[in-house]
Amino acid sequence: MVVKVYGPEYASSKRVIVTLIEKEIEFEVVDVDAFKGENKSLDYLKLQPFGLLPAIQDGDYTLFESRAIIRYYAEKYKSRGTELFGKCYLLFPFHQQWLEVEAHNFNPPLNTLVIHTIFSSKLGITPDQKVIQENEVKLGKVLDIYEERLSTNKYLAGDFFSLADLSHLQLGHYLLNGAGKEYMIRDRKHVSAWWDVISNRPSWKKVLQLFPYLN
Amino acid sequence: MFQEVASPYTDHAELNINLERLKELVVMAIKVHGLPFSIATQRVLVTLAEKELDYEFVYIDLATGQQKTEDFVKLHPFGQVPVLEDGDLTLFESRAISQYIAHRYADKGTPLIAPDPKKMAILSVWTEVESQRFDPQAYKLAYELVIKPILGRTTDEAIVTQHEGKLAEVLDVYEARLTQSKYLGGDSFTLADLHHLPVINYLMSSKIKALFDARPHVSAWCADILTRPAWQKVAALMKH
Repeated sequence: MVVKVYGPEYASSKRVIVTLIEKEIEFEVVDVDAFKGENKSLDYLKLQPFGLLPAIQDGDYTLFESRAIIRYYAEKYKSRGTELFGKCYLLFPFHQQWLEVEAHNFNPPLNTLVIHTIFSSKLGITPDQKVIQENEVKLGKVLDIYEERLSTNKYLAGDFFSLADLSHLQLGHYLLNGAGKEYMIRDRKHVSAWWDVISNRPSWKKVLQLFPYLN
Repeated sequence: MFQEVASPYTDHAELNINLERLKELVVMAIKVHGLPFSIATQRVLVTLAEKELDYEFVYIDLATGQQKTEDFVKLHPFGQVPVLEDGDLTLFESRAISQYIAHRYADKGTPLIAPDPKKMAILSVWTEVESQRFDPQAYKLAYELVIKPILGRTTDEAIVTQHEGKLAEVLDVYEARLTQSKYLGGDSFTLADLHHLPVINYLMSSKIKALFDARPHVSAWCADILTRPAWQKVAALMKH
């Protein structure tokens, strides 16, 4: 049974796809055009009641929320492919801690930036310079803390690549591709080195090759 | 004078008893740094209460900026509360902390996670829903309508209007879910429900209560989780 991933063209779906590739799990994709409202169809809402992307189907079993999906597969296939938790992860769950940081500190200001710089016309909103500036400052402060963290740790959770690092790729990609905010990564020596390491992983390069960003 | 005396180092039964004592002492090594009013701190405290774990509470005075001092930033690089210390471990992010406690102390108190991986994943879906769909709306409403007045500040009605409608939409999904499932994560109370407690508790003293009351399954679920003894204990801390 092959895992079906809905909406591969969207950033959050890529969080799932890169994990499946790291874990060497076979999958297929189903295109869902959110700009045409396909995510609001009754059929899709049965899979994902909020009409968001992605959702996955694994036989009869369905899941949504990309961070829940990646945790499930990383745990289910712990001994296959790349180990994404670290040793003693039940006693020292730093991957989970930094996954929460990504979700609550990194993602929100970056998401707002991306909407105002890249997707404003598609979403029919006027880019608000004040909002862009505020969120750039917010994200900058977060990246300063990442800089500090990564000056003593190779990866966010420690000396191992984990779900926490992986989870930054999908939206982080826009900082250097389209949002015009490369400096936020490049001006920070350790963040920049970390970014190059994680974004050059074969799994992520495969994602970019198979499901290029549309902007 | 020469009668045999049970020694903790040679008597096996005595050694077992001492190990139990040792475990108890290790459990008391849990420390929480935070503030009783803080939503995120409460999320951790209610988890500890459900697991019947003792802990030392270290009060961090947000009003004087104690969370931004060099000493505290060593514990939490973002200068936020809460922080958990458990033996060698220092952990931040309330939902990472609660999940750690739920897994590490799985055999104590209320089970808050599911041992079956597929059931755990469903639970995980709904903890993400709380974190990504519910909280961004509900937290802002609680902050504007309840916390700001306590701090003597003015509610921004535009923010309230912006988030009220969105929360209503989220609660419609909750209503559908709770029609099919007694609790959000499945048949029993778990972290998926628990994570909501601090914000829902605040919202119950605001006009947003009406949004919960208008949805019968959501309303029943709120009444259920808010009356749990562990939550009552934590809510009582705010009265001091």
